Amino acid sequence: MSNKNTRYVEDNKNNNHDKNNETIKNYDKKNESIENEYETIIMKKSESINNEFTRGNSLKTTHYCGGCGHGILTKLIGDVMSELGIQERSVMISPVGCAVFGYYYFNCGNVQTAHGRAPAVGTGISRAEEEAIVMSYQGDGDLASIGLNETLQAANRGEKIAVFFVNNTVYGMTGGQMAPTTLIGEVTITSQNGRDPNYTGFPIHMCELIDNLKAPVLIERVSLANPMDIRLAKVAIRKALQIQKEGKGYSFIEVLSPCPTNLRQGVKGTEDFINKQMKKEFPVKVFRDKSRDVGSVLRKQSDFSIESLDRIFNVERDDGKSIVDDYSFNRLNVKIAGFGGQGVLSAGLTLAQAACFEEKYVSWYPAYGPEQRGGTANCSVVISGHPIGSPVADNIDILLAFNKPALEKFICDVKEDGVIFYDSRVGEFKGYNNIENYCVPVYEIANKLNVPKAINTVMLGVLMEYGRTKNNILSKESYIKGIEETFASKEKLIGKNIQILEAGAKWARENLDFKF
Amino acid sequence: MSESESIPQPYPIIHKNECKACERCIYFCKQKALEMSDELNDIGYQYAKYKGEGCNGCGDCYYTCPEPLAVEVHVPKKIIKR
Repeated sequence: MSNKNTRYVEDNKNNNHDKNNETIKNYDKKNESIENEYETIIMKKSESINNEFTRGNSLKTTHYCGGCGHGILTKLIGDVMSELGIQERSVMISPVGCAVFGYYYFNCGNVQTAHGRAPAVGTGISRAEEEAIVMSYQGDGDLASIGLNETLQAANRGEKIAVFFVNNTVYGMTGGQMAPTTLIGEVTITSQNGRDPNYTGFPIHMCELIDNLKAPVLIERVSLANPMDIRLAKVAIRKALQIQKEGKGYSFIEVLSPCPTNLRQGVKGTEDFINKQMKKEFPVKVFRDKSRDVGSVLRKQSDFSIESLDRIFNVERDDGKSIVDDYSFNRLNVKIAGFGGQGVLSAGLTLAQAACFEEKYVSWYPAYGPEQRGGTANCSVVISGHPIGSPVADNIDILLAFNKPALEKFICDVKEDGVIFYDSRVGEFKGYNNIENYCVPVYEIANKLNVPKAINTVMLGVLMEYGRTKNNILSKESYIKGIEETFASKEKLIGKNIQILEAGAKWARENLDFKF
Repeated sequence: MSESESIPQPYPIIHKNECKACERCIYFCKQKALEMSDELNDIGYQYAKYKGEGCNGCGDCYYTCPEPLAVEVHVPKKIIKR
């Protein structure tokens, strides 16, 4: 004898019914019979949805409004994840908007991204983790508005992502403003007289847009208007995730969903709105299903091993050297500034490389405008006997200025005991706060050697001579190695630049009287 | 008890404190087996509840409920012996 209405304490085993798709679903079968010849099938949320939502006060309810379609879709996706046995491989990407808290609900890998950027993040995850099943769950304000470009690009590349696009014709989280998908004549708080196409254009049809692209495998629009539609939506979700399971490429499911709060509708109101108005504008149908015609997308495996990255970025690790911290040598801040194209940044690189060869800690930090030539550019090079915190040179020890604006801009940051070298073409300069400064005819010197562009190397030569007489931190050999490194890809310039470096040093030796 | 003789019936379990009174399950229940409570639940809503009979185990309430944890439907199935 047993009670008819015994409530079971479930031990929730996942049964994957790949074969019987719609009739039996993933309901946890309880094989223990109520009476001997009966078993109980329990329809309830799957293991892929968390048992508790650790947000806010109530651990058992979502943050969605009563009657919202999001909760329904969340549950359906969870069901299908469990049915297909892909929970452990799944990564859900939550956007900005009502769906932002997906990570509280889905019991799988979760990433929350910036507004509209789910396709980019999804692309990264899917390419880095071959086995991952990547899903993005985005609303119309996220996907069809700020994320439209990325969505189309990802679709066009055929990324291995299942996109669930929730279309409820309105911005939900922000309080019911007009969305790209708002229907003509539909009233929202930012289209008070109904959407006027002459003023705000027409509703955007995402499925139709994506259907113009070649790569996507599945494009389908479904609805959550009533239980029958919801069951059909689940079939579509299943197809989309099956495609991901088999690694076949991009699947896009648009879901017409109720927003009872912002559209001020009851249950019947939402059903009528979806069935009679939304479906007219957004026909519910399969736009494309190539899942049977295509195979898995094969891509070269990415190699993220340290060895591979070292090769790509030309990093040599075991050259037998290890830097020893030297706290007697404090950081030296060098600022090199001028017009873009004057070799400001590469002079900094050469200096940084030279310091590397002296086994110092070094940072090189460029700053420049959008212009390839012209505009202003500068870089900070920090050389230190111990690890460097910030690479920004705020208190400048040495300023190399190649034009007047650069000199004027950075002169106030030079320390009292700092030193300034400036291009003689800057013109008259009366000095500043008695800071030691030297005018260098870099152009004349470079021109004499027929390489007028090499003014940056001339200046380095002067700096080298200054350093040699002051404290000899960087040897001439290191400067030369620095030049070899910087010009490694333009070998024929190496000899000339070494010559120019020496010319700069020679000029400084003969013409400057450094005071220490 | 006479109960032991009867055939087990399907029934929904609606966790009352997870209900937000959207009425979707009540509206879509073809058997009209659900109703709204008069009292409020712990999170301040009236809640849907089973009338106690009439459920045919179709699962529409499970599917249409927007709260993933709120509804489960228990459906007894006869084991077919071959």
